[in-house]
Amino acid sequence: MSQTQEKYVGQPVERVEDAALLTGSAMFSDHLPTRTGTLHAAILRSPHAHAEIASIDVSAAKAMPGVVEVLTGEDLRDISDPFLIVLREPILQWALAVGKVRYVGEPVVIAIATDRYRAEDALSAIEVAYRTLKPAIDPEEAAAEGAPVVHEDVGSNIVSTRDFVYGDPDAAFAEADRTVKLKISYPRNSHTPIEGFVAAVAYDPATESYDVQSNFQGPYSTHTVISKALRVSSSKLRMRTPNFSGGGFGVKVQVFPYIVLMGLASRVTGRPVKWIEDRLEHLSGATAAPNRIVSIEAAVRNDGTITGFRFDQLDDYGAFLRAPMPGPLYRMHGILTGAYDVKNLSVTNRLLLTNKCPSGMVRGFGGPQMYYAIERLVQRIAVELGLDHYEVIRRNLVPAGVFPYRAAAGALLDSGDYPAALEKAANEGKLEELRKRRDEARAEGRLYGIGYAAIVEPAQSNMGYLSNILPLEERRKNPKGGAVSNATVNIDPLGTVNVTADSIPQGQGHMTVLSQIVADNLGLEPGDIHVNLEHDTAKDAWSIATGNYSSRFTSSTAVAADRAAKKARAKLARIASQTLNVPPENLEFGNGRIYAADNPDNSINLYRVAGSAHWTPGNLPDDMEPGIREIGSWSPPELEPPNDKDQINSSLTYGFVFDFCGVEIDRDTGEVRIDKYVTMHDSGTLLNPKLAEGQVHGAFAWAVGCALYEEFAYGEDGSFLNGTFADYLVPTAWEVPEPQIVHMATPSLVTPLGAKGVGEGNCMSTPVCIANAVCDALGVENVTLPLSPDKVSALIHGEERPPPEGVETPPAPKGASDRVIAGTGEAFVPAAQEAVWDALLDPEKLAAVIPGCHALDRVGENEYRAEVTVGAGPVKGRFKATVILSDMDPPNAATLSGALTGLLGLSEGTGRVTLTPRDGGTALAYDYGIEVSGTVAAVGGRMLEGAARALVRQFFERLASVLGGGPAEAPEADAPAALWWRRLLAALGIRR
Amino acid sequence: MPQLSRDTRHAISFTLNGKATSGHAEPRMLLSDFLVHELGMTSVHVGCEHGVCGACTLRIDGTVSRACLTFAVQVDGKRVDTVESLSPEEGGLSDLQKSFRRNHGLQCGYCTPGILMSLDAYLEENPKPSEAELRDMLSGHLCRCTGYVNIVRAVMEHVGNSP
Repeated sequence: MSQTQEKYVGQPVERVEDAALLTGSAMFSDHLPTRTGTLHAAILRSPHAHAEIASIDVSAAKAMPGVVEVLTGEDLRDISDPFLIVLREPILQWALAVGKVRYVGEPVVIAIATDRYRAEDALSAIEVAYRTLKPAIDPEEAAAEGAPVVHEDVGSNIVSTRDFVYGDPDAAFAEADRTVKLKISYPRNSHTPIEGFVAAVAYDPATESYDVQSNFQGPYSTHTVISKALRVSSSKLRMRTPNFSGGGFGVKVQVFPYIVLMGLASRVTGRPVKWIEDRLEHLSGATAAPNRIVSIEAAVRNDGTITGFRFDQLDDYGAFLRAPMPGPLYRMHGILTGAYDVKNLSVTNRLLLTNKCPSGMVRGFGGPQMYYAIERLVQRIAVELGLDHYEVIRRNLVPAGVFPYRAAAGALLDSGDYPAALEKAANEGKLEELRKRRDEARAEGRLYGIGYAAIVEPAQSNMGYLSNILPLEERRKNPKGGAVSNATVNIDPLGTVNVTADSIPQGQGHMTVLSQIVADNLGLEPGDIHVNLEHDTAKDAWSIATGNYSSRFTSSTAVAADRAAKKARAKLARIASQTLNVPPENLEFGNGRIYAADNPDNSINLYRVAGSAHWTPGNLPDDMEPGIREIGSWSPPELEPPNDKDQINSSLTYGFVFDFCGVEIDRDTGEVRIDKYVTMHDSGTLLNPKLAEGQVHGAFAWAVGCALYEEFAYGEDGSFLNGTFADYLVPTAWEVPEPQIVHMATPSLVTPLGAKGVGEGNCMSTPVCIANAVCDALGVENVTLPLSPDKVSALIHGEERPPPEGVETPPAPKGASDRVIAGTGEAFVPAAQEAVWDALLDPEKLAAVIPGCHALDRVGENEYRAEVTVGAGPVKGRFKATVILSDMDPPNAATLSGALTGLLGLSEGTGRVTLTPRDGGTALAYDYGIEVSGTVAAVGGRMLEGAARALVRQFFERLASVLGGGPAEAPEADAPAALWWRRLLAALGIRR
Repeated sequence: MPQLSRDTRHAISFTLNGKATSGHAEPRMLLSDFLVHELGMTSVHVGCEHGVCGACTLRIDGTVSRACLTFAVQVDGKRVDTVESLSPEEGGLSDLQKSFRRNHGLQCGYCTPGILMSLDAYLEENPKPSEAELRDMLSGHLCRCTGYVNIVRAVMEHVGNSP
């Protein structure tokens, strides 16, 4: 019998999760059983960025078939508390808006019905009257004096300002050869998991407790926020999560407000309530990484050495500061000097609130924004000093041999050799060849650039990092730090090993890695280990750090499982030592057996030993507890609270990532093509290289999206503009190239397994690496992401030139913006001019002519009210319309102005129609400009333009039909704004 | 097509993964909702409900379709195949599924059944796609976890066109 047992940790073991996922038997949150009689919820959301709620009338909705209850913010206010936040500022948020709405997509009313369809029906019958207010949208305008204030009780949109100084930055800047400055603006985006939020909550009135099933991902510090909002003690809030979640990426912490909402809905209705988020809700109202403006300066010597940094960071958290905000600023705080050996640093952090969707955790969590500032600046230093960018990076890196290294703001860099990693990447990634490729491309007149980025990737957040936002005296009273992880190894009476843990997986393969770790400890195969990562706060170990975020798994839960397995092993060895008559320390485990190290034939089956702990507990050593259920818990001592100098070791482990890439830009279209991408990772010991590589690929793909496509767009009035996956563009297999991954493994000194995080590095390095390459290609000082073709074209060609002489310039409609649909057109109606004019003034005829009109009433001289159903793209809804006729010139011309308001948003428009007798009939000429907001604005201008054209055409067709003539000839009404675009497409041979 | 009345649950009979299946649905009920909430199909995943992400992709009479853009009543009398139809009769994984597992072509696995169903139809017509052809076809699916690299590897290895 061979006793050498293969080790599985470090091997590219196939995943134990995959069989269920590939065959469709894996259960995601929407598949979980709920109690018979569970009700379903739909949420009415604000169409306005900023408005007072004047009144809400839910009576018609409540009377609809299948509708059980309809609740507003005022209803919830009496039975719940606002969400806890880190600041002591009156930024009050309940699960539904109270008094005011502060962003488009904010929940205003919840309808609860027997099924989701009827709940959604009910929304269309709810009447909400708003008094709109000027919103605060642009971050710098919102931060200025006199801006509209999002929370009037706070009095300012800047809700926290903190200054930090490390070393002597003033001296560094005074002594520097020069100062290099840059101001960057990082966009608002999100990782948008393909599975949206799901929450099902059952309230038990007997015990006054809530049972929650959801795809919440932690951190479980949020459990406190939920229980406080529901006004129950933590034991009365049972949170359950399944084994499978359709992607999380940090985003799914923000399911928590909906857990509160469904909990309250269940309490009021007395029945369980389930809610499934749809994609429009997710994009407009789930969460986003904060957009950030950073003014950054470096004190530099002429040889490129950086001696000091100054940061001024303005982070835009949207309408509320929801937990765990402002994590993106403070999670990265200890490592503000990045991969560089810079001792002098000053930082000003300003937290801004605006009328946008509240921010939350998104993969990278503050890293993309911070490194965009640092690494763009390092590229500028190279350009301004006439040095090679790679050399400037190399010169400033934390040198080899100084680890553990305390960075200026407190990060304890645990291990690494950054210069060696740089060199390895340059060699294996063939940097010299890439440089030649660039030179050749440029010699041919092509736009080609090389970008670099070096970053330190933190993992396992210090639960105390947010306390750095508090003044010293305050945080001394209640110091916070650490990060507790938990796992349990249970061996049942027949010797099967079962593992549970607190990692709340969302696709990373935690089951597989835990099975590898436990198998190695017990001398078993990973297939012998049954891992169940469903989590239940009523029964499983958990702590505030529990969850799936900050790349914590490898340096926390994995360690806890290793400790639990070692405890189980020690117990088994003690039991076996009685039978084998060998001291426990001389026993080995392998191939399912426990044996004497010096005499492998003296052995016993592991299952037999484990069984004896259940079947014959009387035979166990005297002080031993029966059964084998061992709990591993861990909190690393390095995660101390912030010290008196404001230094904080904000994370436990720090990996190193160095990227370089070559991009080519199409001079005509402005399209950025990634020609080559090399990414070097030192993530410590890799527990499963296959899974680690998968994490790199995933982070890289999202980062390509951030660099080139993804941004949540808002209009000046705060309208949310990209509410579908046809508008918020996510990269597909066609857009994501395969990066070359180079690995180096310097084991972490602070985790027993030597592993660091690996899943967030490229979210931090890749956007800025691509931006640096584009700056290099175009020779421009700065760029703002995402680098869409129109933006890059403008950098190449300048602003769009005016059209050639003789080509009509479209009139700029009132409030011209992306949301304005403008058009002109002509139509012919085979009826006399007077008859056409009379029809336009006749409510009955008009009702028959207006497409989708249900009812039309005359409410005053030349003023009408109507109810119409209008569709645009994937959305269709009922609107109330008001139409006013003015500037009347009977029977020749009139101006129509009006507004549509409805569940899907609102629009205001003006048009002028002119009637002229022609060929025995009437020729009508018209122009219109329509401005839209709310949901309709979020589905995309392209669809709206087509919808408006179709509606106008239908109007004239029906007018002709009502007047008894033949069909109207209504030539397609082209929006003038679209004409140039059509000409361009035609010139390119794409259309027509 | 017969006239259906709203607010009435209509009987639907169809063949689901080779088995005769029936149920009731209002005319407006989406096929995706019907399969998940009426029939308890865990393999059907809804991602966007507007036909872009591809997570709910299945085959109707062999044609690749989005369940979120199809009403349940539309499949009356038809054949519907979801990812369960790919399993070999003896159980376990198909060769393509094994290649996905071997190459780590899935992480959260939410988009995977839809991708497998598109591939099932695509590879019938194009048994040896080039990588560019494959990536073009895959661009009808959104995956936020894998970066697509290992999906491409899994398929290319499966069709014997390993790069």
